[in-house]
Amino acid sequence: MITFIVRRLIVTVFLLLVVSLITFAIFFLVPRLAGQTSYELASQYVGRNPSPAAVHAIEAKLGFDQPLIVQYGRFVRGIVMGAHYDAGPNKTYCPPPCFGYSFRNQQPVWPMLMSNVPVTASLAFGAAVLWLVAGTAIGVLSALRRGTVFDRAAMGVALAGVSLPIFFTGLIALQLFSYRWPVFPDLRFVPLTENPLAWARNLVLPWTTLAFLYAALYARLTRAGMLETMGEDYIRTARAKGVPERKVIVKHGLRAALTPIITIFGMDLGLLLGGAVLTEFTFSLHGLGLFTILAIGNNDLPEILGVVMLTAFFVVIANLIVDVLYAVVDPRVRY
Amino acid sequence: MAELLEVRDLRIHFPTEDGLVRAVDGLSFGLGGGRTLGIVGESGSGKSVTSLGILGLHEGTSARISGEIWLDGEDLVRAAPERIRDLRGNKVAMIFQDPLSSLHPYYSVGDQVIEAYRIHNRVGKKAARAHAIEMLDRVGIPQAAARADDYPHQFSGGMRQRVMIAMALSCDPKLLIADEPTTALDVTVQAQILDLIADLAAEFGSAVIIITHDLGVVAELADDVLVMYAGKAVEYGTAEDVFTHPAHPYTWGLLGSMPRLDRERGERLIPIKGTPPSLINVPPGCSFRPRCRYADLTGGRSAAEVPTLRETGPGHLSACHLAAIQRRRIWAEEISPRLEGAGQAPQAHAGEGII
Repeated sequence: MITFIVRRLIVTVFLLLVVSLITFAIFFLVPRLAGQTSYELASQYVGRNPSPAAVHAIEAKLGFDQPLIVQYGRFVRGIVMGAHYDAGPNKTYCPPPCFGYSFRNQQPVWPMLMSNVPVTASLAFGAAVLWLVAGTAIGVLSALRRGTVFDRAAMGVALAGVSLPIFFTGLIALQLFSYRWPVFPDLRFVPLTENPLAWARNLVLPWTTLAFLYAALYARLTRAGMLETMGEDYIRTARAKGVPERKVIVKHGLRAALTPIITIFGMDLGLLLGGAVLTEFTFSLHGLGLFTILAIGNNDLPEILGVVMLTAFFVVIANLIVDVLYAVVDPRVRY
Repeated sequence: MAELLEVRDLRIHFPTEDGLVRAVDGLSFGLGGGRTLGIVGESGSGKSVTSLGILGLHEGTSARISGEIWLDGEDLVRAAPERIRDLRGNKVAMIFQDPLSSLHPYYSVGDQVIEAYRIHNRVGKKAARAHAIEMLDRVGIPQAAARADDYPHQFSGGMRQRVMIAMALSCDPKLLIADEPTTALDVTVQAQILDLIADLAAEFGSAVIIITHDLGVVAELADDVLVMYAGKAVEYGTAEDVFTHPAHPYTWGLLGSMPRLDRERGERLIPIKGTPPSLINVPPGCSFRPRCRYADLTGGRSAAEVPTLRETGPGHLSACHLAAIQRRRIWAEEISPRLEGAGQAPQAHAGEGII
């Protein structure tokens, strides 16, 4: 198991390198293939109406005139060793891990990313707990009462949950519970360490909105999984042993039905940690999602590159945790 | 004889979109304590549905059950579900066909035996574990104490079935139902498992119902035999009676279609023509009539009237319109000579024949 984790971590490093290479290629190579010159690229990193001399200076300092492979080398080196950016008169050191330097914001990318992580993480983890509990519970009940009014109603709501976009449900939630009946007025992010109560109170609406979407998905998944496992022979064996029905459902049925859910959960959570774009945008939460949108809007390539790398990292790590959990849950899986 | 199990006019029907499936339709039989009953029949004859009915495992499905199942003085059809759950695994235990899919893949075999024991016995974890290891040891699992922590996928098919047996016997049941316990196993271990069931049942004093389509298994284990066809009993008697002078054309067919080691190589088996009837549209009269070579001899009664179980000898019942004399003649003159070596129970082909 330990060797497996170590091996996987090593693979993860390589995987991230590949991801960075692809991202790098997309952001740096594609514009060039489309015919942009290094001068035009550099002009994106300076303010409006720059002087040609300033652009040329940036072009040289960012190394856009260098071959791509050298640029990539500089980028990777920056992550490990840090990098020096000398933009204009002020020399800047970007300490490792340096994911580039946003010339628009005059800041290294990494600290900006990190300042956004708590918001996104608060949103993602809170919502994840909600949707996992609600989704599986509804899914199990639906499976056990297949065809009843409860099942039909739950699956109907689930269909709505899957189909309605967050900017719709989120706005409705805001309109109803923040403006018309101000149960949650004045929503803004309060760090958990500052005031846990306010933190939770102000996140209830975003959590519920985000969890609604995922809970719907998980309810349908759990229902399908439970219907399958409850028909298995070992469920019949458990009943034949005289195991009480409640225990048959949870200990024998749900335990087996949860395995695929764990897989999906890991990937969903990993992806969300990279930014819940729509939810953050709807509720004006300054997390990685909103950061991404602003970065794209500003055409700020180092920022976009940083977000993509961070998201990839979260997804890869989440998958690693899922794989380890798999071995814990299912004894047939051994590494 | 005070019977341990007494089934009277049991009917288990399943309403489906295509119609009512009469899986078991008016079945009656009895089983004395400590005895072994073999229930034989083709797929879909209602064998398994009957056994699941005795365990009350149709609870929560669409099954409609009527009739009586008396176990030790209690009618299981009318008992509260909670009471039946209490009996399951305790007084009545069951072994299933495929031990791999019947064992939970996520729990160690020890834990699964422990669970079976602790549901019905108020004991601590340590005592339960000791009991589970003892049971695993008794069913012949080597190094039971060490292997108790292994998972089902780490065992061979035969060993898994031994685990199932250990689980079933852990609460010392009065009745053990084995539903095709060797069908999913290698031929080489079938005989071992059958011997094990027989030995342990005798040791524990349990009565056994062994459900199979393999007459060899019945011949090896059973005291009594119940032959089922289309949800009904067609013949019931001691194994001796049923094998030495079977009194129903369907039983003759089963005997004729069985491979035997004492017959010439290359000799053809005689299959029963046709297929079992749909349980939604059971033929009127005798349900075996469309496949019966002797139906014409009943003078039309088999098409009009459902035959009931009647005695053809002491304790030997058969549901056939043919007169007992006719049947004895057909058996003696036509069937018996064709089954070379008849007059003695067929050899268990999973048994001594191979080993």
